[in-house]
Amino acid sequence: MDLILLLEQTLNGLQFGLMLFLLAAGLTLVFGIMDMINLAHGSLYMVGAYLAATLIGYTGSFTLALLGALAGTALFGAALEVSLLRTLYQRDHLTQVLATFALILIINEGTRMIWGSQALLLNAPDALSGPVELLPGLTYPAYRLLIIGVGLAVAAALYLLVTHTRIGMLVRAGASNREMALTMGVNVKRLFTAVFAAGAALSALAGVLLGPLLAVQVGMGESILILAFVVIVIGGIGSVRGALVGALLVGFVDTLGRTLLPMSLRTVLPPQVASNLGPALASILIYVLMAAVLFWRPQGLFPARG
Amino acid sequence: MTALHHSLLPRVALPALALLIAFPPVMQAIDQPFYIVLATRILIFALAASSLNLLIGFGGMVSFGHAAFFGTGAYTVGILMVHGVDSAWIAWPAAVLASALAALLIGAISLHTRGVYFIMITLAFAQMIYYLFVSLKAYGGDDGLTLAGRSQVGFGVDLASDVVFYYVVLAIVALLLALLGRMVNARFGRALQAVRENETRAQAIGFPAYRYKLACFVLGGAVAGLAGVLIVNQNELASPNLLHWMQSGMLLIMVILGGVGFLYGGVLGALVLLLLEETLSEYTIHWQFGVGLILLAVVLFAPNGLLSLAQRRTPSARGASG
Repeated sequence: MDLILLLEQTLNGLQFGLMLFLLAAGLTLVFGIMDMINLAHGSLYMVGAYLAATLIGYTGSFTLALLGALAGTALFGAALEVSLLRTLYQRDHLTQVLATFALILIINEGTRMIWGSQALLLNAPDALSGPVELLPGLTYPAYRLLIIGVGLAVAAALYLLVTHTRIGMLVRAGASNREMALTMGVNVKRLFTAVFAAGAALSALAGVLLGPLLAVQVGMGESILILAFVVIVIGGIGSVRGALVGALLVGFVDTLGRTLLPMSLRTVLPPQVASNLGPALASILIYVLMAAVLFWRPQGLFPARG
Repeated sequence: MTALHHSLLPRVALPALALLIAFPPVMQAIDQPFYIVLATRILIFALAASSLNLLIGFGGMVSFGHAAFFGTGAYTVGILMVHGVDSAWIAWPAAVLASALAALLIGAISLHTRGVYFIMITLAFAQMIYYLFVSLKAYGGDDGLTLAGRSQVGFGVDLASDVVFYYVVLAIVALLLALLGRMVNARFGRALQAVRENETRAQAIGFPAYRYKLACFVLGGAVAGLAGVLIVNQNELASPNLLHWMQSGMLLIMVILGGVGFLYGGVLGALVLLLLEETLSEYTIHWQFGVGLILLAVVLFAPNGLLSLAQRRTPSARGASG
């Protein structure tokens, strides 16, 4: 096995996993605390990327655009929560599915009306466009390293926030037993809006950071949304720790599967068959992982409800 | 709570059927054959959505992977045709059997989980089947499998004619809806609804809940497979889109829109959603915006789907039974 390739793919897996975590963290908290299935979470990711792509045109600075997009998306999320989603918390899951699906259609089409259906270009900062030599023979794009760094920092900050602060305590209380938290006098209305806005900002962060690597286009939210759901179900709904473990698991399994599986298939099967079968099997892997986790641990790896 | 008796509503259904029978000659007379194709499509999706409504509304199983069975039915017809089997009498039962078998395997494992976890595990299996068919390069892969033509029925019936195909679809959909109506009111259907309402109690009085739910899941899968058979004949293309999770989502939306647990919930949902798409897309390229707004309005003003509106106005329809 080529060690350099393996290292490189491990870094890619880490980077993908961390981005999935940014999306999944908000999703799992909204699901765990408000008991709300929010299909429109992926739309917030898309809105973040579009805002950044626009702001970078005005400011010329990636950092400013990033901060602006985070603030804008958090505001947008809070507005959505206050105006519409709040009325859905008490409704059953199927109603929430229909309502947030309607939101996807509206936000997607609204985006198309404002920005057109062409994919936008979001460039990484020039200073980070080159590769960095990590080890002799192992070069890795500087921008991807930045993503890993930001991802790790945000994950650590979020972990500290959730486990070691008063707000985090309220959030955990809400996720483990909502009615009890209500009874104990938690101001849930404000907490819910804050959690929703924070989740929106996190998914916007993922959208902006991934923007230069993937295309900024309508529909980008839906493809990654399903993966985020896979992550939170593997991790256990409502658990931030579960979301982190689940996201890294999915990131590694998917990325490494895509490289290693076709290679190992080639050693046992004719190349033609292997090149057809490899990518399909690699795509299937994470779903096999999820089905297996649910079969043996029907509440996910880290059930939040005690 | 829905009442246990689900009437086939002959006073509405029979005139509707008569209208549907008269539809093609009228459309031909005013030279709008396109609407016959559209009506066929709506009928097929009405069948697919009704099969999902059987799972959700009567079995209490929210499946997010129903497209797996829809697509399996479609692909079975396509693959058999590639190998020279174009007789409907062989290919169609084979396709329904293949979908039922897939539903048996997936259901047997998935029914060990509940709630949201059931939603996600059915999605997982559907995605596996999606990628499986996409990987079959010999059968079209990403591009889908184009059929040489529609299935052969014999007896002088030529499905290649859109009008003939329309009548075949109408006959199948009407027959199956009548059967579904009979079934949910029969012993099996009542027991199924008992399991949905309270699984522990149903088990306590001796109904094997797991087996009832599995039987319902397989039945729903088989009917979805039949809808897949029809859609592949309509489109003459077995596309991976039929298996995509968005397709599962659309079927789910149709059921919720029409009304979960109403006998005609899937039918009404398919009709309204496809008609909305069709009409709005004629006026604006941003038709999805309008569809979204209307779906939101339904959520806010008709929380249990469109059919719940009709029921609210006639409270006597909701029986004392319940």
